[in-house]
Amino acid sequence: MRSLFVSLNSEFYKSRKTLAFWSAILLPLVICVLMSWGFINQAPKLANDPAAILWFRYISAILGVMGVLLLPVLVIYNTYAITNMEYKGDTWKSLFSLPLPKLSIYTSKYIYIVFLTFVTMLLFALFIIGSGHMIQAIKPELEFSDYNPNTIIIKFFGKLFLSSIGIISIQFLMNLIWSDFLKPFGIGFLMTIMGIITASVNWKYVDYLPYAYPNLTVTKIMATKGDINKMIVFDQGIYNSLICGAVVFVIGYFIVAKKTIK
Amino acid sequence: MSNLAIETVGLTYNFGDQTVVKNLSLQVPTGSIYGFLGPNGAGKTTTIKILLNLLKSPSDQVFIFGKDINTNRIASLKRMGALVEQPAIYTHLTGKENLINRCILLGINKSKCAEMLTLVGLTDAAHKKAGKYSLGMKQRLGIALALLSDPELLLLDEPTNGLDPNGIIEIRNLMIDLTTKHQKTILVSSHLLAEIERTATHVGIINKGELLFQGTIDDLHNLSKPTIKLETDNPEKTAALLAGVAEIILQKGNVTTVAFKDKEEVANINTLLVKHGIKVFAIGTERKDLENLFLDITSKN
Repeated sequence: MRSLFVSLNSEFYKSRKTLAFWSAILLPLVICVLMSWGFINQAPKLANDPAAILWFRYISAILGVMGVLLLPVLVIYNTYAITNMEYKGDTWKSLFSLPLPKLSIYTSKYIYIVFLTFVTMLLFALFIIGSGHMIQAIKPELEFSDYNPNTIIIKFFGKLFLSSIGIISIQFLMNLIWSDFLKPFGIGFLMTIMGIITASVNWKYVDYLPYAYPNLTVTKIMATKGDINKMIVFDQGIYNSLICGAVVFVIGYFIVAKKTIK
Repeated sequence: MSNLAIETVGLTYNFGDQTVVKNLSLQVPTGSIYGFLGPNGAGKTTTIKILLNLLKSPSDQVFIFGKDINTNRIASLKRMGALVEQPAIYTHLTGKENLINRCILLGINKSKCAEMLTLVGLTDAAHKKAGKYSLGMKQRLGIALALLSDPELLLLDEPTNGLDPNGIIEIRNLMIDLTTKHQKTILVSSHLLAEIERTATHVGIINKGELLFQGTIDDLHNLSKPTIKLETDNPEKTAALLAGVAEIILQKGNVTTVAFKDKEEVANINTLLVKHGIKVFAIGTERKDLENLFLDITSKN
């Protein structure tokens, strides 16, 4: 456990100055700032909407941008950036020649990528709540404060986060197998496009395509029209995402355990 | 208990169909500086990677302080520090941050970083990004990383690569200090014998994956015994006359090479040949330097 903790600590220390770390923080901030600017400009049109509808419009606009394309791309990039640190400095050999279990090194990297995605989702939730109230401060006619969106936001972004676990595992595995950028990114991007298409045409096997899960999640969230009672966090898509994540994680470990540093 | 820090027993390693290490039996005594010599591509780095368990060896072939590396990976690595090929460093971090990161992983107090930076002469460049370091500076940082945990056994793969003459001397002195004052064991690989012979107490020479020589540096010196080289007008008669007097090592053209005992013998041989009417064009002693000896050994396989 100690070795897992120190490895995680080291992952944070190594990556804190990288684009992967800062993109996890800045992406929610930039999207929320842009979206609130749009809402402020559209204030006269939205002034008559009740607070619950206002929040749903605001959240779904951000979810639409994020879930469909940005989340998979962010995951693909973060996974690449965290593993590429070791390829770039040829540091796999020094990591594996330290008195640390390979399982700790492997698990810490995986947990750290999952953590970065979680942080992004958490920041989305916090920035959405904060920016909603900020919009009202600038445009008092948009009465965001009449409705408490906390539960719905946590459920929406929690579900979106869980739907990305399968992609994280697959991308992580590809980045362990290939040191270059093109293969994992190219395959990941292609699968994301495939996920968008198959989800939009409601392909009958779409529940088995992890890259479609964020898109499916967004579709299901939109279908609730903001009704919290219609929102089911753990459905088949999320279970499949978690199962895929766990299975690929275990396969990845056996690949790392047998990894030789030539 | 074995007094060997490293022992390999008939170690063989293949990359696909290619055998890169062949029946290697290294014996590195505790407290020694073991010069691991061989031309480029001889299998030195592969061997070092096997010793670090970066490449999987068959069980019961690699022992670190008497314990099989495969079943005692973590315990063995705790006692080792290594610099393999070009230094493995995070280029987006500064030199000091690279050391701090290693401190985090090894549970070492971060105050040790300043000491290491001073030791390798990087204090002034501590806050510069390691990606902007020169090759020599990267090499120093790699050595500092290897030394950080104060390991009993150091594996240094061509540590003076890219260093200027002063840097080479510093590393040499550091290795001597570490073994004499701090009782460390060092395995240092190189393709230059001249670099090794000034520091090493023991030498192993490898080529094409095979260990061709292993012993103390004195054993190696003893291999290069002096000889007497004679150039005469009649090499056959010369050989016949010298047969009972000296040990003939080689005869090539008009030149006969015999083993050297002392100066007196050189004079006696000369007198003997002249007395029998042989014209002696040249006579003198010759000692093969270690560099040529190394070339001789490595060219044999």
